[in-house]
Amino acid sequence: MKTQRAARAMRFKGMIHKEWLQILRDPSSIAIAFLMPVVLLFLFGYGVSLDARSIPIGFVIDQPDSNSASFRASFDHSGFFAPRSFGSIQEAQQALAERRIDGIIWLRSNFSSSLLSGEDAPIAVRVNAVDANQARITQGYIQGAWLAWMNQYAARHGRDLPMPIALEQRVWFNAALISRHYLVPGLVAIIMTLTGSLLTAMVVAREWERGTMEALMVTPLNMQEMLIGKLIPYFLLGMGGMLFTVALAVWQFEVPFRGSFLALLGASALFMLVALALGLLISIVSKNQFVAGQIAIIVTFLPAFILSGFIFDIHSMPQAIQVVTLAVPARYLVSILQSLFLAGDVWPVYWANMGAMAILLVMLTVVVRKKAYKRLD
Amino acid sequence: MLKHILALALKEFLALLRDPRSRFVLIGPPIMQLIIFGYAASFDLDHVPVAIYNQDSGAGGRALVSRIEGSPHFEVVSHLDHDAQIPPLVDNKEVLLVLHIGPRFSAHLSQGGATALQVILDGRNSNTALLALNYLRSIVLDYNQHLATNQGQTGPPVKLSMRAWYNEDLDSHWFIIPGIVGLLTLVVTLVVTALSVAREREQGTFDQLLVTPLRPTAILVGKSIPGLVIGIVEATFIIVVAMLWFDIPLRGHVGALYLGLLLFLFSAVGMGLMISAISVTQQQAVLGAFLFLVPAVILSGFATPIANMPEAVQLLTYLDPLRYFLVIVRGVFLEGDGYALLMDQYWPMAIIGMVSLVAAGWLFRHRMY
Amino acid sequence: MNDPALILRDVRKRFSNGDKEILALDGVSIEVKPGSVTGLIGPDGAGKTTLMRLCCGLLQLDGGALEVLGMDAANEPAAVQAVIGYMPQRFGLYEDLSVQENLDLYADLQGVPLSAREARYARLMQMTGLAPFTRRLAGKLSGGMKQKLGLACALVRPPALLLLDEPTVGVDPVSRRELWQIVYSQVQEAGMSVLLSTAYLDEAERCDEVVLLHQGKVLGQAPPAAFSQEMQGRTWEVSSERVPVRRLQTTLARQPGIIDAIINGDRVHIITAPDFPPEAINLLPDTADLQIRAVPPRFEDAFIDRLGDTEDAIQATPEIRQVEKRETGGQPIEVENLERHFGSFIAVKKISFSVKQGEIFGLLGANGAGKTTTFRMLCGLLPVSSGKVSVAGHDLRSASARARGRIGYMAQKFSLYGNLTVTQNLRFFSAAYNLHGQAQKQRIHWALEGFELEPYADTNAGTLPLGYKQRLAFAAALMHEPEILFLDEPTSGVDPLARREFWARTNALAEAGVTVLVTTHFMEEADYCDHLVIMAEGTVLAAGTPHEIRAMARTLDHPEPSMEDAFITLIQQQEGGK
Repeated sequence: MKTQRAARAMRFKGMIHKEWLQILRDPSSIAIAFLMPVVLLFLFGYGVSLDARSIPIGFVIDQPDSNSASFRASFDHSGFFAPRSFGSIQEAQQALAERRIDGIIWLRSNFSSSLLSGEDAPIAVRVNAVDANQARITQGYIQGAWLAWMNQYAARHGRDLPMPIALEQRVWFNAALISRHYLVPGLVAIIMTLTGSLLTAMVVAREWERGTMEALMVTPLNMQEMLIGKLIPYFLLGMGGMLFTVALAVWQFEVPFRGSFLALLGASALFMLVALALGLLISIVSKNQFVAGQIAIIVTFLPAFILSGFIFDIHSMPQAIQVVTLAVPARYLVSILQSLFLAGDVWPVYWANMGAMAILLVMLTVVVRKKAYKRLD
Repeated sequence: MLKHILALALKEFLALLRDPRSRFVLIGPPIMQLIIFGYAASFDLDHVPVAIYNQDSGAGGRALVSRIEGSPHFEVVSHLDHDAQIPPLVDNKEVLLVLHIGPRFSAHLSQGGATALQVILDGRNSNTALLALNYLRSIVLDYNQHLATNQGQTGPPVKLSMRAWYNEDLDSHWFIIPGIVGLLTLVVTLVVTALSVAREREQGTFDQLLVTPLRPTAILVGKSIPGLVIGIVEATFIIVVAMLWFDIPLRGHVGALYLGLLLFLFSAVGMGLMISAISVTQQQAVLGAFLFLVPAVILSGFATPIANMPEAVQLLTYLDPLRYFLVIVRGVFLEGDGYALLMDQYWPMAIIGMVSLVAAGWLFRHRMY
Repeated sequence: MNDPALILRDVRKRFSNGDKEILALDGVSIEVKPGSVTGLIGPDGAGKTTLMRLCCGLLQLDGGALEVLGMDAANEPAAVQAVIGYMPQRFGLYEDLSVQENLDLYADLQGVPLSAREARYARLMQMTGLAPFTRRLAGKLSGGMKQKLGLACALVRPPALLLLDEPTVGVDPVSRRELWQIVYSQVQEAGMSVLLSTAYLDEAERCDEVVLLHQGKVLGQAPPAAFSQEMQGRTWEVSSERVPVRRLQTTLARQPGIIDAIINGDRVHIITAPDFPPEAINLLPDTADLQIRAVPPRFEDAFIDRLGDTEDAIQATPEIRQVEKRETGGQPIEVENLERHFGSFIAVKKISFSVKQGEIFGLLGANGAGKTTTFRMLCGLLPVSSGKVSVAGHDLRSASARARGRIGYMAQKFSLYGNLTVTQNLRFFSAAYNLHGQAQKQRIHWALEGFELEPYADTNAGTLPLGYKQRLAFAAALMHEPEILFLDEPTSGVDPLARREFWARTNALAEAGVTVLVTTHFMEEADYCDHLVIMAEGTVLAAGTPHEIRAMARTLDHPEPSMEDAFITLIQQQEGGK
């Protein structure tokens, strides 16, 4: 019994050592585990932002005077706009068509006279709405600048602004609404999917392809030992990548981390297991690096990107797609991470998502055990 | 020379279409992605879960609540009667925002005075929060004007008459789906061409090609044709689906779109062949394509605007062919652009294509071992 | 302890490929005696690897019983795997691990106690001669050394039964001899039983017993001598002073009553049909000085005799157009002081040779000797570091497309498009060589007919049997009737029947004036060449006709050395000289 246990420990050690050496010597594993996170983090940290700033906007003021000047000044000072003047509406429309500006604000010649006479003084606003999301945000900013100016105007003229209800907003967790603060935590899930599923699928498939699996099978190593021994190094690699990403997020991108570290470790460890099981299943099914890579990208990477709530809000998707997202492990981790980073330890969110991941893990393990046997046919 | 190119192109097509794996790569991912992107990728908000904590018993509060309930963007999921109920609801993501109507809300309003309306938002997803806030603002603004008119006041001195051009209903799908034409065509063309030389190298057939009287230029052109043709077919398929299934209007000149597509494919094929010429194995080619694709998509303005990026990153996007094509496809679809307006997008792609093809040709000859 | 180590009773194994079912093993019953070496011999696709895998419990039986060391392999695969050693065809080495790390891994997996390792490693290193390379990555070893390491890994815990799947494929003669020594030392020291599959027929004679497998059926199990015994009185050697040996072989091969004729040194070895008296008058009436002498039969003779019956023995040789004699300029192939460096490593060191028109010129050498590098430089696939290469008067690296149109090339690995059909491949390559319309149609017809590829015309090239793949590659290289033909290891991994066929075609080409440059590591094939060069470590070790080279190894004890003997002697001389 004792010698059996010793032999088993020795086999484990041998497998883990071998995997570890292979990771260290294969530049592509290192690239996927450490270079990809850096590239993705920097792309998302710096390149991707939904926060509009310096929106190029055209002003057409038919009759410049102090009122129109003060109106325009409120746009200059808002910080969201880069206003430019145009002599006529035609010129501005041309610029809009040529995509030199994203919107036009047109103060007609009767602007000041209507204002003084107390009549409605309409301002025509045209926004290029090809990008609906940005258009909506731009419209919001224009409204904000307009309200700010009206308040000023009313105060200056000692009038009451006929705005009985004032909206008092309090944004929790991300007061400045910085998009990076919600994108970067979600990115951890994407990166772990890359190491956990894509890399693992390719590596196990490589053993099939190179024929080394055949040699391993004819040793006393049993299938569980082989799989577990193989996965431990990748588990550690994935966790290392996770810690590295989190460290970069906190120190380089200054995303606040408000939850507890243990909760982070627990959630990412569970997710890593799910991702590894998925990677393993893909490699067993495909037994070939090319196919494994393709399937891993389609089944794990793309859904993690689009269906996890990482960028696009799951709640707004059609019902059928929302059901599909239930099978995407990354959605649970993204949800946990966004809470852990920005809100802190929200246990109901945490345990609900952990529970879902645990169920996925059990299901995957059952399938893997059924599919993984020590035979070639 | 022409016969050589034809023979090569025919062989490439056969090799691609007879291999079940390549067929899968050509058909599987595009359909998957079209479905996922077409339906799932949207920034529009629908049924945002809202909780209302109405301490007011008057008609003012009720009227506001019914306006919110009537909005398609919001869905009131719970009514609160206690302050302490707010934090768990927001923390647990059960609601995105809580509207707190104070106890003297209606009273203040009927006295003609001003009152505050408090809204608490979950900012974990800043974009969703910002959009929800904007929706709410419009509702409140609208209500304000309604109140003002009722009270016989003139309303605000200046009104904004907002008009959204090109996409009147501000539907994100109109933005995303034409983008998919560019995205998917890039992925498929790049993978097809990136693998073509690497596969031959791995299987040893490339040597066999090089000892034949085929000239490197002929090989290069022959290998480009399948990428171009397949790209055009896939793009056409997606354009048709976008028009007929997703009801996206095609307002501009089809010729301008296809000229852009051709130049775009030309540059994509050039990039693919360059990756292919550098890599020795198929795995490297896939990895190389992946390493090019991810930044190319993210920096193209496909989902997030280039204008929001830092200066240095914006400069980098000028190297990305997808950047130009997205402007073309959206311009033609939604803005009704013709050739003249798109000139500035055409020539950079032509240059990227030329440079990468020449580089690929050079690499062919200098990486024969 | 006299129970058989391995017993197979009526073993069946099916594979389904799409809707087709292939019976890989059809009622195989064999036994492997303890403490002996049993060879599993058969052509490509006979079912050797399937049998090996079944014995390891890697595949499920579809019928019959399989007992390994008294255990049922189907029911107790784990117990079986704990006591056997197995070396798969693609040796299960991790190329990115060093020699020592590979050994450590298998020692860990096989549960070799740490205390026992030092002695075991020392013994294995001494046997394999890998001691100086323990820190080198397995991927950087030569083919022979990889195989020895693979064997060492399988032997790290001495198994009771050792299964080796084609351990000597692609290995040079010196390494092959060493591998055999290791196997026998283990049998003698540890009383191990060995089952080994091989495509080299000369190795069969080193086995204690041989199992002949063909198309999933056992054709016989007996000691090799028993096989050859049946051939007694049917094997002869023929020679003539006046007729060149190659022409003699070609002529004899076409004679009725002669089952097989191959070149063996300066003579032609023939097998005659039973009751066919091999008298000069029966064979070649117009050759007066024909000398015929009886020789003892070899295992190969028995193999060919048995399998030649089952296969279609008459091979069509395609019609070949005579190449016109070129009057202008020097030799078709000239190499002068050719060198090639890879970084600081010199793969080819200042070699020179030239090839005459209509000659078969052989480039021989062990793995890593620089053959392939030289070959690739000749074809213009690799730039030359220094020196001069001229093929048909051009350096193909910079030559015009037209110059490349005069050569044909067949790569070492099967390198046609696997997912294109045979016809599509031929059509593409003929078009690449400027054939169109009627001419192209004729040539494709010629290839399909001449190489007996018609039944496979619409089959994907990748799924052809190996022998047919080789035929197709050969046909593709000949579509444009080249004047010069480059063949890189054309017979590697091909079974003896297909090899004979290949040489018959190559001979015919040379007879028609085509210049052929061929590399090979089958030493006996060197006898088919007019001239040859033996390379080692990037230099030319010896050059000359086969006769001259064999003469270099002639000693008093060994008056008639084979080409393999000569090769080994030359290598040893060179190593001794250092």
